This record gives sequence, structure tokens and C-alpha cells, in this order.
Amino acid sequence: MSYPVRSAERVGGQVLQLFHNTGHAMFMLLEATWFIQFSFGKRSRHETVTQLYITGIKSLAVISVVAMFTGMILALQTGLELRRWGQEEFIGSAVAVTMIREMGPFMTGLIIAASVGSAIAAQLGTMTVSEEIAALEVMSINPNRFLVMPRLVALTLMMPILAVYTNILGILGGAIVGTTQLGVSLTSYMNNATEFATNKDLYVGLFKAFIFGIIITTVSCHQGFMTSEGAVGVGKATRRSVIISFLVILVVGYMITRMFYL
Amino acid sequence: MIRFENVTKVLGRRAVLDDISFEVGEGETFVIVGLSGAGKSVTLKHMIRLMLPDSGSVIIEGEEINHLGRRALQEVRSKFGVLFQSAALLQWMSVCDNVALPLREHTKMPEAEIISQVNEKLELLGLGDAGDKYPSDISGGMQKRAGLARAIIMNPKIVLYDEPTSGLDPVTSRRIDDLIVNMREQLGITSVVVTHDLHSALAIGSRIMMLHEGRIVENATPEGFIKSKNETVQSFLASQYITKKGKWEELIHE
Repeated sequence: MSYPVRSAERVGGQVLQLFHNTGHAMFMLLEATWFIQFSFGKRSRHETVTQLYITGIKSLAVISVVAMFTGMILALQTGLELRRWGQEEFIGSAVAVTMIREMGPFMTGLIIAASVGSAIAAQLGTMTVSEEIAALEVMSINPNRFLVMPRLVALTLMMPILAVYTNILGILGGAIVGTTQLGVSLTSYMNNATEFATNKDLYVGLFKAFIFGIIITTVSCHQGFMTSEGAVGVGKATRRSVIISFLVILVVGYMITRMFYL
Repeated sequence: MIRFENVTKVLGRRAVLDDISFEVGEGETFVIVGLSGAGKSVTLKHMIRLMLPDSGSVIIEGEEINHLGRRALQEVRSKFGVLFQSAALLQWMSVCDNVALPLREHTKMPEAEIISQVNEKLELLGLGDAGDKYPSDISGGMQKRAGLARAIIMNPKIVLYDEPTSGLDPVTSRRIDDLIVNMREQLGITSVVVTHDLHSALAIGSRIMMLHEGRIVENATPEGFIKSKNETVQSFLASQYITKKGKWEELIHE
């Protein structure tokens, strides 16, 4: 077989595999969504609450630090520029609008993809290579209900809440820098922050966070289920889940912004 | 009870199963042996449709399972209990919760009764005091026994064992062998065992089938298997020091 034919065959095979994987991920998501009605039923309650705890409570520390510093950096960078024009009292609005519209959901998405998403991929990947997923199937326990659905509920519920938390801490971080280093009064900062940020900004931000929750669950669970090659495969699946989640979050985040603001 | 008809499975470019046909009767302990990569575990996975054949049929109690819908497949799978090579216990659950899982998922049994049934199975397998422990806190042999307890908790007609003694010391291996024999004698369970361990196969099997490069090279009773004229079988027997003139024979009989 000639080189061009072999190359075409390889590319074709990869494209088909991509479609197959996407189809598998979509089917998994649809089935898990259908099972949400049982999320707090007797069989799934414990796992759902555990996942809510892991996503919501265990991520708080890292989210707090990142959110606070994101707000502080935003305030410092915009403040220094605005000071050149004598407009530093507008730091509040710059930080609030940027955090609520973009940075809050975006930073939350990245942190959760890197912490919770990678953990999901690693756990499900390990379960796959150690035949635990096969054992569930043989016991006629649907892995999409047993494993995916509780994680989907946890991430879609917690992501908007965590995004609001990130927004608040980011704005507070900005206030600290604004008042201590740029000479803006707290009242002026807060007035500006509340005056320019609209309800629409908040809703769009929350919508983004919700969508990011779906993306992280789908990507990380799917990568976990697709794991092969033992421990090396688990590492690969974990890395892939973080990279794919980051990329999809970036692209989808841009598309949502374009949809609501252009 | 289980019938394979001209089953072929190709993985990559290699035929892992190459047009194989055999039948497992009710109450048998059917042992599948062979070298690594011979297709033993793949055969087992076809019985519960964790894999589908490229051609041929897998028939369970008269029902062809290749094209079954989800519910019908669930019904067929409910006839099986499976002990996986790694035991496949869920690591975040205690041994007791692992064993209770199928009952909690598929029955409306009161919790007290579930616990009583779980304890009964754990006692049967000599794990009476391990119920509260987690899989990571118990030995490999205990994990296999816990996996077996989970496999039989729904009282299946057929139990599949994938390398039940791999990675275990000889004493624990023989204990697992005894358990497999007990399953047949006490509960009348049909067993299909995949193993490398010929000593174990000869001790527990009512029939032994050897796979080599995806084909069946022998399918006989333990006596017939030892007397097989097939060269692959003889070299496999010799590799585990099971020869007609054993090296230790004289010493043992002195």
C-alpha cells in the first residue's frame, strides 16, 4: 500500500474514531441526564451527596485562593492603566463586570476541571482497568446511573454556586488592592461595582458555569471509561480529560459570550 | 447450557478466537486452559457479552445472546456470577457493602435480610469477620473470596471464574479450588474456570478445554486430557511438571 493511501486510511480511521467517541460521550450524557430523576432516591442518594461534598466543599480552599488573587491582579492591572487617566474609581466596575461575565465561571471551570475532573477520570479509569466497570455491567448495574449521574448532578449544581463564590471573592480581592494600593475608597469601589454589573451579566455567567459543569463531567467520565493500558492508560486519560475540558471550556465560553453579547 | 458455535473474534489483525465451537453442560466444572493470549478470557467475556463475536453464535440456555436488547441481556446476565481476575471489588465500599450491592440494586429486600444473606455468604467463604473491612485492607486471597461471595449472592446458575488462583500462594490457591468444588457440590452451580494452573484444572475440572492460538486443541475429561496425544497439550503438561514419568515420582513413592 502506498504512503498516501496509508496516510489517508490512518486519518480516516482517526476521524471515524472521533465520531465514535463523541457519540459514546453524548449517549452517556443523555442517559445520565435521564437518570437524574433518581439522584436522591434510595440507591443513589449516598453517592450524589458524596459527590456534592467533593465538588463543593473540598474545592473551596483552592477556589478561594485563586478567586482572591484573580480579583487582586485584575484590580492592579486595570487600576494602573486607569490611574494614568485619573479614572481609578472605575476599578470596581472593571473588576465586577470582568469577574461576573467571564473570569468567575471561567476560573471556576478550570479549577474544577483540574481538580475534580481529573480525579473523576483517574477514578473511573482505574475502575475500568481493574474490571470494576465490567463487574458493574455484569451485575446489571448501569455505570451511567451508578457513577456518571451523581457526578453530573454534583457538578451542574455546584458549578454555578462556586462561580458566585468566585465572583464575590474576586470582587473582594479587587477591593483590597483598590483601597490599600490605589487609593480608591471602599464605598466608591462598591458603588461602581454594583452600578455597572447587570442582572444579565450574572445570569449569563451562571449559565456558563452550568454548561462548564456538564462539559467537565462528560469529558472526564468519558475519558475514564475509555481507559486502557493499565496504570499508564490512567495517567493518559487523566491528562487528556484536563486538556480536553480546558479546550472545550474556552471554545464554548467564547460561543456563549458571542451569543449573548454580540 | 452454554454453547459456542463457530465463534470468531479478531482483535487488531489477530484472530483471538478462530472458529471455535464447544458446549458446557449443566452442573459441569468446565476449565479453559492455555498460554497467555490464547483467548481464554476473551472466551469468558463472550459468555456474558462483554465482547461480541465477529461471527458465530453464543447461546445461553437455548437463547442466542448476540442480538439481545438491554432488558433481555440483563435477564441472561442475571443467570451469571463472575469472579474477575482482580476480584473487581469497589474500593470505596466495605466488603459487606460490596457483597450486598446486587441485592440492594435489584431487590426490595429489607436491609436486615440483606445483611443476614451477606453474612451467610461471607461465613460460607470463611470471611465472617471481614465484612467491615475495605478491599485495600485484606489480602489477595480474601479479596478473591469476597469477589466470589458477591458473585454468588444472587444465587446464579452459572459462575465464571477468571484466573481465580493467579497471584495467590499455593495454600490459598488450593483453598479457592476447594471453594469452587464446594460451589458445585453444595449449590449445584455450573462453573466455567479460566486458568493457567493445570494442577488446579485437574483437581476441580469435570472437563478441560485447551485453547492455543485461538483454536481448541483439546476438550476432554481430566484423564483424557493427561492422556492427550496432542503435542501442545503434552508440552503444556510438561511445563507444569505433570508428566507420565514425573521427576519426583520415585521420591514420592519411596
